[in-house]
Amino acid sequence: MKINWFKYSSPQVFYPLAGKLIPWFAWLAAILALVGLYVSFMLAPTDFQQGEAYRIIFVHVPAAWMSMVIYIVMAAWAALGLALNARLSAMMAQALAPTGAIFTLLALVTGSLWGKPMWGAWWVWDARLTSELILLFLYLGFIALQSSIDDPRRADRAGALLALVGVVNVPIIYFSVKWWNTLHQGSSINMGAAPKMAATMLLGMLLMALAFWMYTVAVALMRVRCIMLERERNTDWVKELSLKTLSSQSIAGAK
Amino acid sequence: MAFKARHKRFVLIGIGLALVGLAAMLILNAFQSNMVFFYTPSQVVKGEVPKGTGFRIGGLVVAGSLKRGDDGLSVSFVITDTAKTVPVFYKGVLPDLFKEGKGVVAQGKVGADGVFTASEVLAKHDENYMPPEAAEALKRAQAQSQTLVIPAK
Repeated sequence: MKINWFKYSSPQVFYPLAGKLIPWFAWLAAILALVGLYVSFMLAPTDFQQGEAYRIIFVHVPAAWMSMVIYIVMAAWAALGLALNARLSAMMAQALAPTGAIFTLLALVTGSLWGKPMWGAWWVWDARLTSELILLFLYLGFIALQSSIDDPRRADRAGALLALVGVVNVPIIYFSVKWWNTLHQGSSINMGAAPKMAATMLLGMLLMALAFWMYTVAVALMRVRCIMLERERNTDWVKELSLKTLSSQSIAGAK
Repeated sequence: MAFKARHKRFVLIGIGLALVGLAAMLILNAFQSNMVFFYTPSQVVKGEVPKGTGFRIGGLVVAGSLKRGDDGLSVSFVITDTAKTVPVFYKGVLPDLFKEGKGVVAQGKVGADGVFTASEVLAKHDENYMPPEAAEALKRAQAQSQTLVIPAK
């Protein structure tokens, strides 16, 4: 069976599909977060060096991962939008940016709260911390640039260029602890090497990462639905949809 | 399949990304020496550190080298990268994770006597997280393998 993927690149088709998908991802996020938090705070053992304070890792590392993953996905959507001139791709990039910025800020704040008791400093200008801060500025720059241009198609193109140039920062963040000596410790999980973490701790971290991932999909879909309505407000399908919603509301009101 | 305008745009994006990546690589290479957060004791001994200004030094605290002064605040210890060592003097509160045999990063200056006077001491921990029992078992296993190795030498 051949699925015509391009069918879903039309906002009119994607709008109801996204609406159906949102509850699934939202519920998955909630369940995974509950299980993940239980494993992280009830089951995972106390660390031999850092005591209980290390538990911030269960928010810090998944948030930092998501900040990088979302940027790559956002840049990929932006590139698709640029190359194919597809409206929906650019809208997806726009929908992902705020969530990426929130996770970046969360990673920076939790890292700071962790750094003070363990390292002895809220902030240091080492390569890992600085490149993550630049990632936050890239997200904010992308959001600001897009919203400063009135014509959406031109805003998409300008934003896509910024997103694509900024993508070089992601490998720099990831490999910074390998390439230079930093105060930040090495990666928690390395490809091809056994994780240097107790199994329960690792499980908690992965569950939280999955929960964040599902949350990201859910809120990005919610946001892209709003963007679709806003940008396509003059098209027939949006007008029909709003008429339908209005009439169903007035029926409900009459009852 | 004919070569379409969108294929051209994909190629252009690919070339653009490659060029930006190359530029970033060259810039980072040029600033290699400025990207380090701290210098190692070997670099300090060899004199590969900025002269006159402060810098950071990082390494492990040599076991048994920590001495506390009479005022209860000043401490002295030795930092090593397992090749060379540098003595450090510091007056202030040490972070909780500061321990002999563990990683540390100190900011300060080298005096004429070769002693590094620190104005700030930070603890550097590693990416190993485990319960105390596991750490204990690991230590015992290491000690055992060492006693097995030494007679063979």
